[in-house]
Parts: sequence; structure tokens; C-alpha cells
Amino acid sequence: MGSATLAGIDATQHTPQANAPELNSDEILRYARHLLLPDVGLDGQRRLKGSRVLLIGAGGLGSPTSLYLAAAGVGTIGLVDFDVVDASNLQRQIVHGTSTLGHRKVDSARDRLRDLNPHVHVETYDAPFRATNAEEIARDYDVIVDGTDNFGTRYLTNDVSVLLGKPNVYGSIFRFEGQASVFATADGPCYRCLFPVPPPPGMVPSCAEGGVLGVLPGLIGTIQATETIKLLLGLGTSLAGRLLLVNTLDMQFRTVKVQKDPACPACGTRTITHLEEYEEYCGIPGTEPHVTIEAPLHPDEITPVELAEKLKRHDDFDLIDVREPQELAIASIPGARLIPLGSFQAAIPSLNPEREIVVMCRSGARSGQAVAALERAGFKRARNLVGGILRWSDDVDPTVVKY
Amino acid sequence: MPITVNLPTILSKLADGARVVEADASAAPTVGAVVDHLVDRYPGLGPRLRDDGGQPYPFVTFYLNDDDIRFNGGFAAAVQDGDEVTIVPAIAGG
Ligand SMILES: [Zn+2]
Repeated sequence: MGSATLAGIDATQHTPQANAPELNSDEILRYARHLLLPDVGLDGQRRLKGSRVLLIGAGGLGSPTSLYLAAAGVGTIGLVDFDVVDASNLQRQIVHGTSTLGHRKVDSARDRLRDLNPHVHVETYDAPFRATNAEEIARDYDVIVDGTDNFGTRYLTNDVSVLLGKPNVYGSIFRFEGQASVFATADGPCYRCLFPVPPPPGMVPSCAEGGVLGVLPGLIGTIQATETIKLLLGLGTSLAGRLLLVNTLDMQFRTVKVQKDPACPACGTRTITHLEEYEEYCGIPGTEPHVTIEAPLHPDEITPVELAEKLKRHDDFDLIDVREPQELAIASIPGARLIPLGSFQAAIPSLNPEREIVVMCRSGARSGQAVAALERAGFKRARNLVGGILRWSDDVDPTVVKY
Repeated sequence: MPITVNLPTILSKLADGARVVEADASAAPTVGAVVDHLVDRYPGLGPRLRDDGGQPYPFVTFYLNDDDIRFNGGFAAAVQDGDEVTIVPAIAGG
């Protein structure tokens, strides 16, 4: 514990052992199994109590991470999330519950963490993490945990971590596979060293196709919690400089090297000196921001009511559904031709640019990308079904299941 | 010269479901040749593995054994019999 810089984090800077808060008798009982651990002990537990960890996202990854960090006695836990607890979250987001459906996620999580450990202080930020507020929110924390669900916020989380010199404990999941690492330590690489540029919307599967094994964020999130505690205590060897790849189908764990890129604009040349926004967001169910304001319709948009009228009139047009086959099995609009977004670009030559085309998906996000691709290809009569199946269910046919 | 290629599940569906594929690099002992061989066999993988100029994307990282090929010549990185190539796409779910 005497070393000033362990595993790339100056643990003493943020939680000076001399000033580390004392534990009361309740806490000594609660943390007994830590106090008995030779590498944690009373000093380590006091250091955890004096630590501040910021979790970006209180969803799949943030759930197990926040629960274990609270249970472990990390003194202050910050939670950033702008979403509301939805029934479809509970298959994996175990910090929330049936009793908090409809509540703000940060409130739902705070209540659960307080119940788990009343000695922990939870600070909530019920807002999207953006270039305009990221630095201010993150400034007073020791470690940042990336539990976000889109590339834009991942790059932002990385850049703010590098700028502020705080370790970024990274986890990411897709279907049956996960990744974890520690970025932005003193000498270690960052997320941009691994993936220099975010993929264009629709190019990478996570944007085009949803679905995740519910227990997978449990695996990756607990790895993030472990790495966070190791960083705070200066224990062991962190994942800095390595990327852990988890494949649950074959149950294989492997690590590969992440090299610090001298040309990295964030941590290498340091040409990124201020934060910028990535507006892109994915078409994964549940990741679209909740839009409550009725936006004016663009010429290349159509409402579900208008579409229903067109179908009733038997207008001559093509209706294209860019969702995945498994989504079709849940809910559909009759007469639509399925072309999943991932194969949409390749299918464009099979479409007639002279015909009127309406493109639809779950929420209107993916179909918006498809319409943009059609417009780039010279189609003049392509329109996006605004609000997708969700709004179709609201405005036209409530028997269509929302998911 | 057999090289083992580990595909992420999302790409394996474009390779008839295979998550591990053996590729031959006798034409040229490079990662690029391994990718060529793979794409010959599974053409659907092509646009997911390389851009219009035939180069790797910045959001799909290729590992030769444990090392990122970006720091070892990119697709020109030399492979040997028994090497493993692991393809790691950027994913963003949380
Ligand atoms: Zn970097």
C-alpha cells in the first residue's frame, strides 16, 4: 500500500490513506470478509470507503457493476442515465425490479443500492452523458466505468477519461460475446488505440441487430467491478494493455494485447483537447432516446396513420421492413418485404428507384438509415415510417406487440 | 500452410456458422492472404472484413496471435504455419 502509483492509478492521490475515512462498527461487521483478506484489510476497506466511482449507464453492465461496488463498500458511486425502467430491461438489468417499472433508472438503481448498503453514498445524474456535461460530471471521480450502449457515448467516455487522466474500465456486449479492458491509465492505451474510428451507423452488427444473452452483462459487468476495485486498491495486474474477449457459446476467455498507439489523437498525439459529440445512435431496441416532442414531418417521412390509409387504398408502393427475422416473429405489418439493415446496401440494386418505397423498422431509427442510403443511391420516392412499429401499435393497431 | 482464424459469432453466420476456420496462406504468407482465402470461401465476409480499397477497417481489429496487426504491417503482416488470426469487431452493447 506504500507505493504511490499502482496499476497506473495514483491511488494515494485520490484516497490518501492518512485521510481515509474510519469504519464504524456496523461497517466492520459488514466488511468482515474483506478485512480478513490480506490484500484488502482495514486499510484497503477504508480506501474503498474514500473512493469515488462513476458509472456511465445504469443498464445491463451498470447493474451488476453498481451492485458489487456498493456491496464492496465503494464510498461514493455516481450513476449517469437518462432512461426509464422498462419491462424489457429486466431480463438482464438486475439492479432494477418489477416494483420500479416506469421509474427513472438512476432513482431505481439508487434505491436498490441504498437497500443493499446504506453506508454508500449514491450520486445520480438523470441526463444523457454529453460533450457539454461529461467533464463536469466526471471531474471529481477516481475511476470511470463504461457501461454505455452506443458508440457515441463510448468515444466520449474514453476521451473524457484521457483528458482528465482517470482510468476507464471498459465493458461491451453483443449477443453472446463480450469485451473488457482498462483504458486511459497513466501509460496504457485507450479505446481509440484499439478502435481508432467508430463504425458508420448500420455497418457494425450491434447497430443493425439487437439481442443479448441476459446473463452476459453479468459476466462482463462483474469483471468491470473487479477491475475497478483492483485499481482503487492497487491490487494485482489490471487489464490495461489487454483486451479480454469472452465467448459464452464456446465458453472461451482469451486476452489479446492492446498497444498504445503513438498516433492516437486522444492519448498519443493528444490532438483531442476538447470533447466532441457523436450524434450517431444505434437501432438496438431500447437504445433510442425517448422522443416525446412531436417533430414536424419531413418530405421523406410518413406517419403510421398515412401508411395505414395507403394500405387500405391499395396504393402501388413497396413496403420494406429492415428489422431482423426474429423481430418479425414478434410483431409485423402485413405486406412488408424483409431486408435486414445489415444486408440492405447490397439489396439496393434489386429495388426500383422509380417506385414509391416506404421503409419501416421497430422505432424508425434503422429505417431512417435505410432511407438515407436509398437517397444516396438516387432514390427520390423513399420514405421512412416515423416511430416504426411502436407508433404503428399506438396509432393504428394496438394488437401489434410493442417490444 | 494452415492458419486458424477465430471468427466472432456475428461474422460466423456469414461463414456457414463456423466460428473457427482453417485458412490456407500458401499463395502469400500474410494476414491479407489469409483474409483473401477466407473471402474466396465465404464471399459474404468480404465487405465485413475490408474496405473498398482492400484495407482493414478502423473498427474491426485483426489479431495475429496476440498482436494487433495495425502495428505489424497491417494485412502485410507475415504469418507462419500454426498461427492464429482473431477478428475482433467493435461492439457497443451495454
Ligand atoms: Zn489512445
